[in-house]
Amino acid sequence: MQEWEDRAIVLSVRPHGENGAIASLLTETHGRWAGYVHGGQSSKQRGTLQTGNIVTAFWQARVEDGLGRYRLELDSAAPALVFGDRRRLLAVQSACAVAERSLSERESCPAVAAGMVAFLETLMAEEDVFLPAYIYWETGLLRELGFGLDLSACALTGETEKLAYISPNTGRAATESAARQYKDKLLVLPEFLCGGENWTEEDICNGLKLTGYFLRHRVFAATHRDLPEPRLRLEEELGRVDT
Amino acid sequence: MIGKEIDTLIHLLSKLPGIGPRSARRLALQMLKQKDSLILPLSEALQNAAKTVKTCEVCCNLDTVSPCGICSDTAREDGAICVVEQIGDLWALERTRAYRGRYHVLGGTLSALDNVGPEDLSIPALTRRAKDENVQEIIIALNATVDGQTTAHYLIDRLQYCNVKVTRLAHGVPVGGALDYLDDGTLITALKARSALA
Repeated sequence: MQEWEDRAIVLSVRPHGENGAIASLLTETHGRWAGYVHGGQSSKQRGTLQTGNIVTAFWQARVEDGLGRYRLELDSAAPALVFGDRRRLLAVQSACAVAERSLSERESCPAVAAGMVAFLETLMAEEDVFLPAYIYWETGLLRELGFGLDLSACALTGETEKLAYISPNTGRAATESAARQYKDKLLVLPEFLCGGENWTEEDICNGLKLTGYFLRHRVFAATHRDLPEPRLRLEEELGRVDT
Repeated sequence: MIGKEIDTLIHLLSKLPGIGPRSARRLALQMLKQKDSLILPLSEALQNAAKTVKTCEVCCNLDTVSPCGICSDTAREDGAICVVEQIGDLWALERTRAYRGRYHVLGGTLSALDNVGPEDLSIPALTRRAKDENVQEIIIALNATVDGQTTAHYLIDRLQYCNVKVTRLAHGVPVGGALDYLDDGTLITALKARSALA
């Protein structure tokens, strides 16, 4: 009998059979992993199986390759606490949809899972720190998928200070002065991604555009799909859509 | 082993929500045992329903007439429209007899996984109705799920220029609910939505 116990985030749930459901979870050590939840459509389980909930998952299967069964215990229901906040709710849905569509099944990605837990924990903060946390998480996801941004130094001059742009072709940073003549073709790099402590709504929009560009052109283009609908709506909600 | 007709009956019954092949076999057997008192009236009722039931052109409810009985009832209040996800939710609210306004059935909620977008729901019809000068309040009665609440926010966005008051159902402790057994999410939303007693 194959089994493990892990902390996980509920990414998606779809009904299966009369009362069951197939839940896709992002686990801390086992990666994205789907399993059958007995009684997953029941009123008792529905609260636990909400997108973005953090659960303790017990997985069991006769063989390693089998779908297996999940038994889930709710640890934190962050999305339920932000039902009244459109941006927070959209950010949760967006993170879950992006992870669901971009991560391979059963491939361990502890950094992405830890980043997502950290992002979900910021949802309860009074200030809008969940927005930069969300963008940090997406940059971590890009790194995990092999399309990480290189923010170590300017690709043109080697300078490490005042990085302001990112090349859409290489993902490497450039300083304001070095990139002056190409800046219309480059993506704006928000200061908070280079260690800056402050951020504005414009920085968030630029951050979403930046990660959105690489997700769209590097990750989802490979499967001929656009960004997931909640991700597009999050950009729209923040006032700027650039496709 | 069993005849083709029975097999087809079981197959069709098993397509109903909440009924799998095993329950479908039990239902089929029960019906076939009571052919005269159950299966014939049932088939007639099914045929009649298929012929006469239609979707209401105003609120998307099901009835034998369009506009439906609720939309054409002059005793109901025109000032409020209650937005529900499915017809089952409308029936649930009607059973309470606590609401005497009109309804609007969306036909689902926005869902990224199931590819349900705004164009798949009856949102344009709702915004048209909301612009009617008699309408003063839109009550959003969608499920307390992530998809339900995301759809609620989307509707609020679409209704912001319609000059109507938009409200939603409260979330909190259910009648008969013991605090000890409630999940954290319900308790926190109940605390947030607490109301003054005096």
